[in-house]
Amino acid sequence: MADEQSTVPLHRQLGLTDAEYDEVAQVLGRTPNDLELALYSVMWSEHCSYKSSRIHLRRLPTTGDRVLVGPGENAGVIDAGDGIALAIRIESHNHPSAIEPYQGAATGVGGILRDIFTMGARPIAVMDPLFFGPLSEPRQRWLFDGVVAGISGYGNSVGVPTVGGELTFDPCYAGNPLVNVLCLGALPTERLVLGIASGTGNLAVLLGSTTGRDGIGGVSVLASAGFSEETEDTKRPSVQVGDPYEEKRLIEACLALLDEGLVVGIQDLGGAGLVCATSETAARGRVGMDVDVTAVPLREAGMEPWEIMTSESQERMLAIVTPANLERVLELCGRWEVRATVVGKVTEPDLGANGEPVGVLRIRDGFDGEVLAEVPAASLADDAPLYDRPLSAPVDLEARRSEDPAAVGSDDLSADLVALVRDPAVVYRRYDHQLFLNTVVGPGADAALLRLAGPGLPPSERGIGLSTDSNPRWCSIDPRHGTALTVAEGIANLACVGASPVAVVNCLNFGNPEHPEVMWQLSEAVDGLAEACRAFSTPVIGGNVSLYNESSGRDIDPTPVLGLLGLTERLQTPPPGLGLTEGHHVFVVAVPGAERSLGGSRWARERHGSTGGTLAHLNYAGHLELCALVASLVATATAGGAPVLSAVHDVSGGGLAVAVAEMAMAAGVGLTSDAAFDLEALFGEGPSRFVVATADPAALGAALEGHDLVLEPIGIAGGSSVQLGPLGPVELSTLADAATAALAG
Amino acid sequence: MSMRVAVVTFPGTNCEHDAIQGLEAVGAEAVFWWHTETSLDGIDAVVLPGGFAHGDYLRPGAIARFSPVMAAVADFAAQGGPVVGICNGFQVLTEAGLLPGALQKNAQLTFACQPCGLEVAQTSSVLTRGLEIGQHLEIPINHFSGSYVCDEATLASLEANDQVVLRYRQNPNGSVANIAGICNVAGNVVGLMPHPERAISPLLGSSDGLHLLGSLVSSLPAHR
Repeated sequence: MADEQSTVPLHRQLGLTDAEYDEVAQVLGRTPNDLELALYSVMWSEHCSYKSSRIHLRRLPTTGDRVLVGPGENAGVIDAGDGIALAIRIESHNHPSAIEPYQGAATGVGGILRDIFTMGARPIAVMDPLFFGPLSEPRQRWLFDGVVAGISGYGNSVGVPTVGGELTFDPCYAGNPLVNVLCLGALPTERLVLGIASGTGNLAVLLGSTTGRDGIGGVSVLASAGFSEETEDTKRPSVQVGDPYEEKRLIEACLALLDEGLVVGIQDLGGAGLVCATSETAARGRVGMDVDVTAVPLREAGMEPWEIMTSESQERMLAIVTPANLERVLELCGRWEVRATVVGKVTEPDLGANGEPVGVLRIRDGFDGEVLAEVPAASLADDAPLYDRPLSAPVDLEARRSEDPAAVGSDDLSADLVALVRDPAVVYRRYDHQLFLNTVVGPGADAALLRLAGPGLPPSERGIGLSTDSNPRWCSIDPRHGTALTVAEGIANLACVGASPVAVVNCLNFGNPEHPEVMWQLSEAVDGLAEACRAFSTPVIGGNVSLYNESSGRDIDPTPVLGLLGLTERLQTPPPGLGLTEGHHVFVVAVPGAERSLGGSRWARERHGSTGGTLAHLNYAGHLELCALVASLVATATAGGAPVLSAVHDVSGGGLAVAVAEMAMAAGVGLTSDAAFDLEALFGEGPSRFVVATADPAALGAALEGHDLVLEPIGIAGGSSVQLGPLGPVELSTLADAATAALAG
Repeated sequence: MSMRVAVVTFPGTNCEHDAIQGLEAVGAEAVFWWHTETSLDGIDAVVLPGGFAHGDYLRPGAIARFSPVMAAVADFAAQGGPVVGICNGFQVLTEAGLLPGALQKNAQLTFACQPCGLEVAQTSSVLTRGLEIGQHLEIPINHFSGSYVCDEATLASLEANDQVVLRYRQNPNGSVANIAGICNVAGNVVGLMPHPERAISPLLGSSDGLHLLGSLVSSLPAHR
């Protein structure tokens, strides 16, 4: 368990503070033994317990008409209508990916799939927001290629389409890349299950892979501490190894068990392994559980009980079943060649000091053997200490905000544009994004658009919009407003495929919570998220917090990543998409007075290394009205009605110039505009602005009647170059070559 | 009565639901057929769908050829029954010796999921009856090991016997002679890397897959 020669006490070697050790002793009313200490060290780790972030997360709005399951379960679930529910979750696998990019990314996919099918849902889509340092550095290229190969290798094989994601490159991620993964699942609403153990005498059946020494202490050693330059090699044994074939069979077996109603509750084994799954299911059901540590099928001989209980070996699930159903459970698992072993039994709660029921987790050497550890299940799962860590704004914040990023000017606007275009197709080609025949709009667009369909679901005409969004450049200037703008951006992305937002999930990637500036960033970001989600009526139904993203003492920029889930009523034909059509009229449609700023823009950051300035204002009501109108115009078209718009794209990173360039490249049709654009108009970033194209400007004008929105003509699509006032002309072939080269190896 | 098609499912297969949807779109009755089955009684055609049968361990199709159902598939093919292998199914058919050649890793050594332009190269196979030689089809590919390879004598006999069924218009993976799909000499066993079941609706970007699946189910009398 630890270095026996060391003079450092065991609890500290395991990552527990002296105060936490005292709290464990107080919970137990005695000195914990070594096995018990190991259990607490993983369950009370930052990764499992959210001990630094929980008091902040309480401020998020989490309820709404469609919400069936909110935060705290394995995944959030909403009612999508037509008897179908959607389960969604987002997670990080940052630290493992920094050390072993292929397996880190692969097991990130595997882990989140289990969170989804634990709820009874079949995983139907994955998205991967990724953040690296500049690709000009060989190590970043190695990390990037490894992560993409891991997602491709695992995701394609396990049979879940990867329908989108994001790619961000910034020096702040060079020592600590971010690998986030979002998964969406679908289920007939009546099949919804929760990870609850109940019924004394019921059996805890471990399904799937054998248990080995991989990933021991992953949550406490890896995910809950920063990196120094020496740690990477010594931490490699804490990275798990994935097997998508095992996971595929596990998915099919678990869905088959759920279809036949054979399980009382089911829970995945992820961070903190068996101790987490057994204590959480018991705590939720307010029961006890006996675990026979000798019953667990092992991958190697000589494993100690603490290793068996905390191993993070992948592709394992824990199902709670009645003794009467055991035979059928074993039979179904046998068909799918999935190992199934009874490792635990649900027990009556003990009586506490005041006569209250206390579910006790007992780790035993054989069911009738010696008790090796005996702890209240809820104390592991729910009673980790809560920290209200000190927070303070960075000292340089006001100085940075008073900078004017536009002051440096531009001596070559065309070169600026060429440097900012990027074509992610070379990455997305490596992901199967089509499986299940639902993908109407795949990766690389504003948002993905899927049919609401899948094996075993009732029929529906609806569509699902899905987008992941983040903007660390904005959030480093103003984490509160930057996060609110990121929510607005996600809603605009959904509008481009005709979807109206229904729920948000978040993955909060931040630096070291022991730095007051980082806790301030986290607190501000939560407030911005709460404010925007209240204003847009989009409840936050799940999330994940990844802290200690730092390298050699430098924290990453605050990186809240949001997943937005939207719905369309009727999906019959594809939405207009990005591509321009020769002769069509191109406009910007916007909220009157919508601001844009070069502060936190890609232009300022990537071309000039600027980290200062201020962000554009966000008019919530105006933004909602604009997005609702665009979404309804697109949705009318996807429902089979007359399309008013022939192209639509939201203005985001890189501003209007990049948005127009992307639309021109998409169909190989250019645009020439003689409008007088200044630097801010070309590359400034802000909310509430779309570029649209139409064959019928009068119809578009009519659609805007009665709305407090403005329509600015840009030009008429045509030609083989892009010219925007003083910028250009830039040939499309030049843009396309630069966009491809930006990511090519 | 509609044709009854067995969609053979190995552990690790993942396109079985899509194959069934595609076959139903052209009016077939499609049923899952687990890899441990030893007969194909009552079946009019067999589809081996895409995925990663037995995890693609060792190499794609290398373990699947030993699944019990494959002996029944070989008998069925020998009696003239239509057998179509899509993607991983094509790999299984070559490993099982029901089609010549092999599928090796893509020339670019990365997975490729993308739309693909195809040209119909012959119209006597069970998958291309009713189509026209030279007809263009837009059907996606989705594979890591899709580069068709065979020795020169095999290639010469494939060409001589009109066994090249589909060719890529722009070669996406380094396949010899731009081969996207082949058949046996009799034309009743076909393997192809593109996924016709992924091109069954304008909503998915193309409906051209319906021509191929339609050929399979409509141009043949019920087999038995």
